[in-house]
Amino acid sequence: MPFTITEKILGAHSPVGEARAGDFVNCRVDLVLGNDVTAPAAIKEFDRIGAGRVFDKDRIALVPDHFVPNKDIKSAEQCRLMRRFAREQGITHYFEVGRSGIEHVLLPDLGMVAPGDLVIGADSHTCTYGALGAFSTGVGSTDMACAMATGEIWLKVPETIRFIYFGKLRPWVGGKDLILRTIAHIGVDGALYRAMEFTGETLKHLPMSDRFTMANMAIEAGAKNGIFEPDDITLDYLRGRVSREFKVYHSDPDAHYIDTIELDVSDIEPQVAFPHLPENSKPVSEARDVEIDQAVIGSCTNGRLEDLRIAARVLKGKTVHPNVRLIVIPATQEIYRRAMDEGLLSIFIDAGAAVSTPTCGPCLGGHMGILAEGERAIATTNRNFVGRMGHPKSEVYLANPAIAAASAILGRIGSPEELGVEPQ
Amino acid sequence: MIKGRVWKFGDDIDTDVIIPARYLNTSDPAELAKHCMEDKDPDFVKKVSPGDIIVGGANFGCGSSREHAPVAIKASGVACVIARSFARIFFRNAINIGLPVFESEEASEKIREGDTVEVDQAAGTIKNLTTGEIYSFHAFPRFMEEIIKAGGLIPYTRRRLEQLGAATEAPGGIVPPGHGTAMPAAADAKGGDRLAK
Ligand code: SF4
Repeated sequence: MPFTITEKILGAHSPVGEARAGDFVNCRVDLVLGNDVTAPAAIKEFDRIGAGRVFDKDRIALVPDHFVPNKDIKSAEQCRLMRRFAREQGITHYFEVGRSGIEHVLLPDLGMVAPGDLVIGADSHTCTYGALGAFSTGVGSTDMACAMATGEIWLKVPETIRFIYFGKLRPWVGGKDLILRTIAHIGVDGALYRAMEFTGETLKHLPMSDRFTMANMAIEAGAKNGIFEPDDITLDYLRGRVSREFKVYHSDPDAHYIDTIELDVSDIEPQVAFPHLPENSKPVSEARDVEIDQAVIGSCTNGRLEDLRIAARVLKGKTVHPNVRLIVIPATQEIYRRAMDEGLLSIFIDAGAAVSTPTCGPCLGGHMGILAEGERAIATTNRNFVGRMGHPKSEVYLANPAIAAASAILGRIGSPEELGVEPQ
Repeated sequence: MIKGRVWKFGDDIDTDVIIPARYLNTSDPAELAKHCMEDKDPDFVKKVSPGDIIVGGANFGCGSSREHAPVAIKASGVACVIARSFARIFFRNAINIGLPVFESEEASEKIREGDTVEVDQAAGTIKNLTTGEIYSFHAFPRFMEEIIKAGGLIPYTRRRLEQLGAATEAPGGIVPPGHGTAMPAAADAKGGDRLAK
C-alpha cells in the first residue's frame, strides 16, 4: 500500500508499525525539545505527573534562547528553573548561554536531528526539521511534560498537501520568498492540521538553509509539519554532523494527497509580507514606499550563515540609512564565530549595524530591538502579528535577508538591485 | 452544561494578541490572566466575568505554541471557547490543560457579542438563549474524551504510567524507547473525527 513520507515516519514510530492519515497513533519520540519560555511550564507539569525521572536523558534538548542573556529577573528565574532541572535530571543536551543558539538552528547544526526521526518540541517552529526529512511538530508545555515522562506522544496522522515548485528562481529570490508566496496562495490556515510536502524541480537545487526556512514557516499556514524528501543536498549537510544510523523515507509515487498545488516560481520577485499576517505578501516592487525605522536580520527562519553572507554581500562598503537601526543576530555561537572569521561581522559593523549575541530577542518582541508605538520594521523573521515586535501599534514586514539589508541602507523597503549590487 | 455571556472575536486571533510575549517571563496563571487579549482589546480583562464565553472565527489561537495562551484565557475566568476552527497547537493545549473548546461554524457565524449561550456537552449542542437558535458542534473523538474526562493530559498520563509501571521495570516505571504502546480507544477513533489535531 502506498504511503506519504509523513505516514511512513509516523508508522515506523508507532507500535502498530503502520499509520494512515486520520489514524490516531501513540508514537515514541526520538527527541523532545523545550526552551526558556515553554520548558519551565513543562517542568512544573512534569513534577505533577510524579514520574520522577525523564524517559531518556539523552533525548531531551533544553535550549535557553528566547530571553537570553536574561533580560530581566523573571526570565532569569525561568532559566534557573530549567537549568536546575537539567542538572538534576542529568540532561545531556542542555545548552548554556555562550555555547547555545536559537533552538531550530542549533539542533540540526549539531546533528541532533536525522532523516526519519520523530521530533516534538514545545515551540511552534519545531516544524523546521522537516527540511531534513524528519517528522517534527510543535506542541505545548503539557505535551512536552508528558513526552519527557513517557517518551511518547499521541498524534493524529495528518493528510498531506503536496506542493510542486517549478521554474528557475530569479536573482535574490530564495526559500523565504517561496514560502511567503505559498502562504499567500493558501492563506494562514490553508494547511490547517495538514502536512505540507515540498517537492519539485526548483527545490532540487535549493540549499539546505533555504529548505530550513521553508519548513520553518509551515506553521504559518497552520500546518502540523512541513517536510522534504532527503536528497544529496541533505546528505551533504548531514555528513560530519550525524554519525548514528538513520533511515531515509520517500513518499510512494501513488501516495494519497488531499491536494496538490503546483507553483510556477520562475517569475516571482522577492516577497514582502505586510502587517499583520504572513499571508499578506506582495512583490518587493510594490512595497517601495514603505519607510522603516528598524531592520532585523536573524531568527530561526533566516539567521544562518548563508543568510548572513547574503546580507553582507548587500551591505559591503555601504552604510545603514541615518533613520534606521539595523540589528544583526547570528543564530548560534558557531555561526557567530564563522561570520567573524569570514569577515561578515566587520562588514555589518562598518555599515553601522548592531551585532548581537545569539538570541530570539526581537523576533518575538522579547528584547534587543523592541519597537515603539508607530514604528516600522523589516525583519527576516516569520511572524508579523499585531505587537509581535513591540508596541501593538508597531508594524513588522517580513522579507528575506537581501531585502532586509537593502532596506536598511535605503531607509525604506527596497531591493539590492536598486543599489546596483550584483547577485552571486 | 456551560452557560455564559459571549465576547466575540474575529478570524486568526493569534497567540501573540491572546498573551503578548512581553508577559511570557512567567507561567503563573493569575499573572497571565491580567493580560489576556490585551493587544486585541486592552479592556477585556476588566470587562470579562467568570463563566463568560469567547466566540472566535477561523483559525483561533494561531501562531506560537505558548500554552500560556489557553492558560491566560482559562485563568481570566472564561468557561470555554467556541470557534469556527482552531489552530492545532492551541487546540491540543486547550484540551491538555482542561479549557473546553468547541468547533462550530454555525455558532461562530451566528452568535453575537453579548448573547447568552448554553453549551450542552453531552448533547453536542450550543443553545443561543438570546435568539433561541440551536447549533451543533463537532464531537470529540473517543480518545480525546478520555483525556477530557481524566481532567487533562497530566492526570491522564499519570494514570497511564501507573498502569504501565506495573508492567515494566524501566527506570521510573516508564516505557523504554522503542516500545511504544497501543493507544486506548485508538481503534474506534480510526478514520475518526477531524477534531483531533
Ligand atoms: S527566532 Fe523567533 S520564531 Fe524562532 S524560535 Fe525564536 S522566537 Fe520563535
